[in-house]
This record gives sequence, C-alpha cells and structure tokens, in this order.
Amino acid sequence: MKPLHPVSPQARLLLGIAFFVLFTAVWAAVTMGGYVSKTFLADPISMLKSGWVLLTQMDFAFDIGMTVWRVLGGFIIAALLALPLGVLMGAYKPVEAFFEPFVSFARYLPASAFIPLLMLWVGIGETQKLAVIFIGSFFQLVLMIAVTVGNTRRDLVEAAYTLGCSHTGLLKRVLLPGAAPEIAEILRMVLGWAWTYVIVAELIGASSGIGHMITDSQALLATDQIIFGIIVIGLIGLVSDYAFKAANRALFPWAQLGR
Amino acid sequence: MNSMNILSVRGVSRTFHTPTQGSTVALQATDLDVAENDFVTILGPSGCGKSTLLRIVAGLDEPSGGQVLLDGKPVTAPGADRGMVFQSYTLFPWLTVLDNVCFGLRERGMARAQQIELAQGFLAKVGLQKFANHFPKQLSGGMQQRTALARALANQPRMLLMDEPFGALDHQTRELMQELLLGIWESERKTVLFVTHDIDEAIFMGSRVVVMSARPGRIKSDLAVPFEHPRHYRIKTQPAFAALKGELTEQLRTEVLAAAAA
Repeated sequence: MKPLHPVSPQARLLLGIAFFVLFTAVWAAVTMGGYVSKTFLADPISMLKSGWVLLTQMDFAFDIGMTVWRVLGGFIIAALLALPLGVLMGAYKPVEAFFEPFVSFARYLPASAFIPLLMLWVGIGETQKLAVIFIGSFFQLVLMIAVTVGNTRRDLVEAAYTLGCSHTGLLKRVLLPGAAPEIAEILRMVLGWAWTYVIVAELIGASSGIGHMITDSQALLATDQIIFGIIVIGLIGLVSDYAFKAANRALFPWAQLGR
Repeated sequence: MNSMNILSVRGVSRTFHTPTQGSTVALQATDLDVAENDFVTILGPSGCGKSTLLRIVAGLDEPSGGQVLLDGKPVTAPGADRGMVFQSYTLFPWLTVLDNVCFGLRERGMARAQQIELAQGFLAKVGLQKFANHFPKQLSGGMQQRTALARALANQPRMLLMDEPFGALDHQTRELMQELLLGIWESERKTVLFVTHDIDEAIFMGSRVVVMSARPGRIKSDLAVPFEHPRHYRIKTQPAFAALKGELTEQLRTEVLAAAAA
C-alpha cells in the first residue's frame, strides 16, 4: 500500500462489503457462541426474524415512513430558510456581522435540550419533531453555507468585475454557481446529522417512528428489535447518502474534474 | 492632455498600511500616458509595484493619491471598458470554455445566438474552437490563458490590461503565447498595457517598454522599441534586439541589486 494511491472501483466495492461481512461474522460469533448474553445483545438471525415480524405484523413500515417524513420535512424547511440567509451572510459582510455571532451561539445549543421546551410550546405532535430537526440543522447550515460563499476565490471575483459584472450579477453568476457543489455537500452532511436528531425527538413523546419503536422495545428488553431499528436507520442513511452523492456528481460534473 | 491618449495615469501612488510593519510605499507618484492602439509593456523586478499600478488602472485597487483617466474620465471601479488577463487561471470552472468567453456578453444582455457567434470567432482566433465545450480544468495552462484572452477580447474593451499572463507557463508555451498575442494585436491594434518581469517578452511585444524601479516603485525609463510590425520571433536573435536587451538587463539589474540591498 502506497499513501494516497487510488483503489480500483471493484476493489473498493469488495473491500466495503468485506467489512460488513466481517462485522456481522464477529457479531454472530460472540452472540451465537454464547460469549454475550442474549439479554444484552441479540444475534443476527433473531434480529432478522424479529425484523420480519416487525415489518409484517407490527406495521413497522409505517414507522419508517413517519421517521423519513419527519427528517425530510424538518430538513427541507431548515434548508429553504438557511440557504438564502447563508448566501447573504457569505456575500454581504454587514449581514454576516449582524447574524454571525448569534448563529454561532445558537449552533451550540443542543437540539435535544429543546425537546422539553418544544413540548411545552407546540405539544408532542409533528410540529415538535420538525422543530427539533429544524433547530439541529438550521444554524449549522447557515454558518457552513456562509463560510463557503465567503471563501469564493477573489481572483474569480476580480475577473468577473473586469468583464463588466454588476454586484448582483456577481452574486448570481459567480458566488452562487461557484459555491453550489460545496453547498450540496453541506446539505448531504447535515442531512446525516438530522437523522440523529429525529431519533432523539422520537424517543420522547412519540406514538410512531423508528425511535418510538426503539423505546417500546427497550421496555420489553427486545434487543433484537432495537438493533433492527438501528440498522434500518443506518441503511436509510447509507442509501440517502449515496443518492445525494450521485445527484451532486450529476448536477456539478465540473466539480469532479481534477480531483 | 494629449487627445491621442486613451489612458492617463496622473501622479498615482499607493501606500499599503499593515498593523505590524507600518506603512509601505508600493508605488511612488507615477505618470504614464498610453496612446490609442499602442502596446506598452511595463518591465520591473518583482515587488516593484507594477502589478499594483495595473490593478489601479483596472479599478481593482484604489490609489492613495493621484488619478487614472480613461478617455479623459476618472477611473473609480472596474469595468468592461478595461479587459484584464491575470497571471492566475481565472476562468470560471463551472462554465465551459464557450460560456466563459460569453460571460461579459451575457452580462450586457446580448442575445444568446449573437454571444455564441462572437465567442466562436474569438475562440477561433486563439485556436480553441474545438474546445468550446470543455471545462477549464480539462485544459492545459496555456489553453486556459488563451481562453482568458479570448474572454477579455470578446468583451470588446477599450483597452486590454495584462498582468504577467504568461508568467505561470513553461518557456516554450510562453513564446507561442507571445506570438499569438502579438499576431492578434497586429491585426486588431487593441490598446494593451502589459506587465512582465521578462525582458525578452517586454521587447518582443512592446512598442514601448516602461522600466520600473525597485520598491518603492516609480518609472525609471521609457524606451521606444524600434522593430517593425509584423514581428517575427526570429527578431529575438538579431543584434538590435540583443543590444536593447543588454541595456534593459543593466537597468533591471541595478534595481534588483538595490532591492536586495534595501
């Protein structure tokens, strides 16, 4: 192995799968070999079995749907509001000076700590779930988008001006298209974080969702169901991440060049 | 003021203020006139303020004193009337070569079909018509600078400002680029102000070579280059060229030594 030497696509896929296989094998060995009690950790087979029961008899697909809906709902609202604010902050320094200190402060407020307050303010319905995800992702998005837009190469800005570009033209034709691929990457990353917030929101005061199923299973010590729930979250995360990456590659082919 | 002059630099100076080192005079009060259709090269050691002067003419930097007049009107901001080619590669990486060349035209609200026609013409002039749909990162450095030249020319500026545009290229590519630019200038006679630290480049392309002193920069001498146009690259090996190069080498050497001693 040489540092930074690329790996072929086939080898990459095989290596990626190999670790999943290894991981499952170790898990199966310690659980089915009797090294770990079933009370603490279910084995892969019973996990799959109870997963099947969950899906076929307990309407777990509905829970998955609810969770996906909440993540996407909260995240899309946050992204729609964060995008213009972040871009304006990145482009216009007075706007940045006005908002940046507060947003930096708000970014460190833990979204999950707002759950009790949000329950008080908006109850335990869907609004509360969306609000947790919104709080968790909005401030992060704003700051990261602002930094990306603010980091636009100054020589490109100067080149645009010497070509007769106006100030609004600069925003629309240089700052935005130049930052777009990185903004898409930020959205992909923060969507991953939103997934962790939704489960926390569903652990408390929810009547549906993957997080709710996990809390219910906790009462029954059903570790097989808990693990199935966690793995479903991981799989959805993996799929959405790949979909996002593929979309970014298709949308911004130029950003892939010369990497 | 001479009405033949397209550009007049009047007592332009520039002082940079830094919190750690106090203030540094980058450019002393400088006067320079550039006549319509002229090709003026500014030659100087690095750090002599030649790029600062060019950036002030472009409107990208503000003078601490004096003013720049373009067609008698003071320059306050960058504009499409002064096209610029930079030393760094400044093509917009998200636009194809064609769209890069169309950038300024689109900003003006020109119809798309007309933009493309004009851009294709300038791409042909720099020999890149086959690369119209490539992205900048798919091009070599020389090709990127040719595109940047086409982009600046397509915008039809009053004058062209060039800040060591071939400085990052290898020697052979650089010489070809000089011939290309000179060929375009000989056919179009666009007014050019060209900054370089390469003596051969300054003589080969310039009708006038303006030599700048080491920091703090000022204009040290202003020489007419007597060679006829069109110029062939072989003039670089003629005795008259060598004599002029010898003289400029001496002048520049004094400055570099002065800068090293300071």
